[in-house]
Amino acid sequence: MTTTAVPPITPEPQRRSWYKRNEISVTPWLFLIPAILFFLVYVIFPIFQSFNLSAYQWDGLGEKEYVGLSNYKELWDDPAFYTSLKNNLIWLVLYLLAIPAGLFIALFLNQTVAGIRIYKSLFFFPFVISQVVVGLVFTWFYDPTFGLLNSVLGVVGLGPVNVLGDPTYVTYGIIAAGLWPQTAYCMILYLTGLNAVDPEQVEAARLDGAKGWKMLWYVIVPQLKPATFIAFVVTIVGALRSFDLISIMTNGGPFGESRVLSFYMFEVALSEYGFRMGYGAAIAVVLFLIMLCFIAYFLYSMYKEQKGH
Amino acid sequence: MFPKPIEKSSRSVQIGYQSLLPVALILWLLPLIAVALFSVKPAADFSTGDYWNLPSQFGGWENYGKVFFESDMPRYLLNSILITVPTAIGAVALSCMAGFALGIYNFKANLWLFFMFVAGNFVPFQILMVPVRDLTLDLGLYNTKTGLVLFHIAFQTGFCTLFMRNFIKGLPFALIEAARVEGVAEWKIFIYVVLPLMKPAIAALAVLIFTFIWNDYFWAVVLTQGAESQPVTAGITSFNAQYRAAYHLMSAGAIVAALPPVAMFFLMQKHFIAGLTLGAVK
Repeated sequence: MTTTAVPPITPEPQRRSWYKRNEISVTPWLFLIPAILFFLVYVIFPIFQSFNLSAYQWDGLGEKEYVGLSNYKELWDDPAFYTSLKNNLIWLVLYLLAIPAGLFIALFLNQTVAGIRIYKSLFFFPFVISQVVVGLVFTWFYDPTFGLLNSVLGVVGLGPVNVLGDPTYVTYGIIAAGLWPQTAYCMILYLTGLNAVDPEQVEAARLDGAKGWKMLWYVIVPQLKPATFIAFVVTIVGALRSFDLISIMTNGGPFGESRVLSFYMFEVALSEYGFRMGYGAAIAVVLFLIMLCFIAYFLYSMYKEQKGH
Repeated sequence: MFPKPIEKSSRSVQIGYQSLLPVALILWLLPLIAVALFSVKPAADFSTGDYWNLPSQFGGWENYGKVFFESDMPRYLLNSILITVPTAIGAVALSCMAGFALGIYNFKANLWLFFMFVAGNFVPFQILMVPVRDLTLDLGLYNTKTGLVLFHIAFQTGFCTLFMRNFIKGLPFALIEAARVEGVAEWKIFIYVVLPLMKPAIAALAVLIFTFIWNDYFWAVVLTQGAESQPVTAGITSFNAQYRAAYHLMSAGAIVAALPPVAMFFLMQKHFIAGLTLGAVK
């Protein structure tokens, strides 16, 4: 079908050039060079540079001063670091709720009634808008004087609660805001996954008397494994990248109680609190090492799958 | 099909489901509906402390007019477009080539390079922040759109290459072999055989990258500063500082900032979803 698009073959020259003789082995590298170059310069090298930088004290302008491991020693005794680390863990665990929540909504919407397509798109809406806007929207939602949440709580005789001003609630409040788009993402993954569920297996299981939770757990969920894997990957990455919402909603406050490592690193290195690039790099290294565990797991799973093919 | 198709249930269950749908949707989008409502309320409503009643009159024209004609918002929107479009083109171009190389050719480093792109894609931004900012400063590109675009292209290439490579792997290899047998040069195979088949993947990635980059906030804050180069996500914070407590204007601003990716999603829904599911879930 595409052969018509192929141009006429040029007659082969007498002595084939070096390129012609090595075409198959050289071509992939020619195609790869721009991508590799960009990626090395902007992604791979900076990782090593950050590792290196974490052994220096540097304000971003003057001379770098080698301090060995003292940035890490300082980190060890830094209460703000532990607050951030603890919040990161809370984020990781609670963010995973987006996966069952997304599956639940997907099951709810997996019908063929009139107009269901538009419902699916509208449910997906929160994922498409930027986290900055999500953050603003939820800041107003939580507002103690006029926010919708407190208006509703007021009706049933509770509140007012200043979610974002209270050190005990603040992280949970922000995570709830983050779960909104993340659930939408997981929902769309599962909706596409459910399309591929084998109807014959479902019928067979029905004949065997399976229904409800049993059907879901033993017949449907195993078939949704690829969707679950992607949902897991994007949710973990999303949880560890949580920066926008915190920056917009609380700027780390109150009293730094809503910081996570990614935000604390930014604060240390680039905000008005001082340009401590080396210390920031040390925090980034810790965050990177946490992520590395997951990256290793993701790659291992992908590698296994590649071998399987 | 799971759960059981609703058509097989009784009439009352069907009616119940159909009336539950809009209720669930309204609850789900409640925070957003509130902001949309705010954005068409006149300023007077807020000064009298009337937040949650319907607008006393339609103030949409005035509010959105202010956003478009009396603030830096159009500037930020233009910047966003000038950052997003070149990034989408650049990242798709680089990853088409890289994906072709990794998807078609067997060579020793193939899987390692592929894993490098995949792994780099998951890296936390903070580990790149200081060196990338430094590099951008050294290149004299700090606070320019170009500086932001170059970084975005590089970073998005990771994800795009993963996507393209998997897509190309799924193409029938016989096509390429047939072309080789006929003596077609390898780069011509790319342009005339593979590229035309990649159109759906290109569309999916272009839409997706547009949305990702439009919504980027972190790098906008790290690599740019003023209204001359900041995209709308970063701009909206200064916009909000300017109109502090003017909730009708802030809401209108938020809606304007959110709209382009939403429009993109609705226009290109099929491609968008194909991209999000990495093509892995068919």
